[in-house]
Amino acid sequence: MSRQSTADSQQAETEHVVPVPVYVAIFVALLVLTATTTAVAFVDLGPWNTVVALGIAVVKASLVVLFFMHLKYSPLLDRTVLLGGLFWLAIMIGLTLTDFATRGWMGGQ
Amino acid sequence: MAETSTAKAHASAAHGLQHQFDSLGQQKDASTLGMWVFLVTEILFFGGLFLAYTIYRWQYARGFALASHHMDILLGTVNTAVLICSSLTMAMAVHSAALGRRKPLMGFLVATMLLGAAFLGIKAVEYTEHIRHHLFPGPGFHYPGPDARSAEIFFSLYFAMTGLHALHMIIGIGLLSVLFVLARRGRFIPEYYSPVEICGLYWHFVDIVWIFLFPLLYLIGRHLK
Repeated sequence: MSRQSTADSQQAETEHVVPVPVYVAIFVALLVLTATTTAVAFVDLGPWNTVVALGIAVVKASLVVLFFMHLKYSPLLDRTVLLGGLFWLAIMIGLTLTDFATRGWMGGQ
Repeated sequence: MAETSTAKAHASAAHGLQHQFDSLGQQKDASTLGMWVFLVTEILFFGGLFLAYTIYRWQYARGFALASHHMDILLGTVNTAVLICSSLTMAMAVHSAALGRRKPLMGFLVATMLLGAAFLGIKAVEYTEHIRHHLFPGPGFHYPGPDARSAEIFFSLYFAMTGLHALHMIIGIGLLSVLFVLARRGRFIPEYYSPVEICGLYWHFVDIVWIFLFPLLYLIGRHLK
């Protein structure tokens, strides 16, 4: 019986139904951010253009992951898996760039 | 309580609770976790292309910025909006499934598939324009202006990344059409709708890939001219 009730409470925890207004709010925010990133692209910010564009993309992706993909309400294990994947992506890109970004330092090729 | 348990047991039996799981809730958590693990492999799959893009843009910043001018920014922005709409309808499909509303679920699945098809249609228009202007990499590549070599690399990455993304969209539409058939047969109940949930995760992931592709391919160097 206790086992059954544990399973029930687990189920209740993960089966959080997000209210429709939340989805609509996220949807509107994503459209506004899309318009913003397109508009900002026409303004010359120097190297900051790329930073702003990627920053907005990260915010949009986070909104999708947290609300549309329910990660805000998901078990810790799901969040850990995603963070692990992003960590590995950071290693792949970061360590490769330590090569390409420093090739000029030795004065040769 | 006894009545609820009986109803639950009935739902479990009718909707394929696999023997290794204690409950449908546990089975659902396992399915969702499995999907996240798969999506992590997808992050690293697309990550390789994003890494290649980063390195070549690092080396040919100017050529990439100028080549990006050949993108149709209006079509790109409209397509981003179309994909965001499809993510909303997909989220609403999962929502409907969770509440056991069969007709809205079928409607939102159809809407999501139509928006996905609209995205692919607009993408096809763009591809046709690029190919007509000899911008497809290879022997037929002809680029007006300087930095032709780096522009060819940009277009190689453009076709590879958007092509792989489009392939994922096609697979997604295929998955949703299967869900539609299952939904019509009444296979999903509030206690069991994992297929809808995990296909939703896949669809939103594909949306996120585009959220990064759009600024990196369409918006770089837009301020230069």
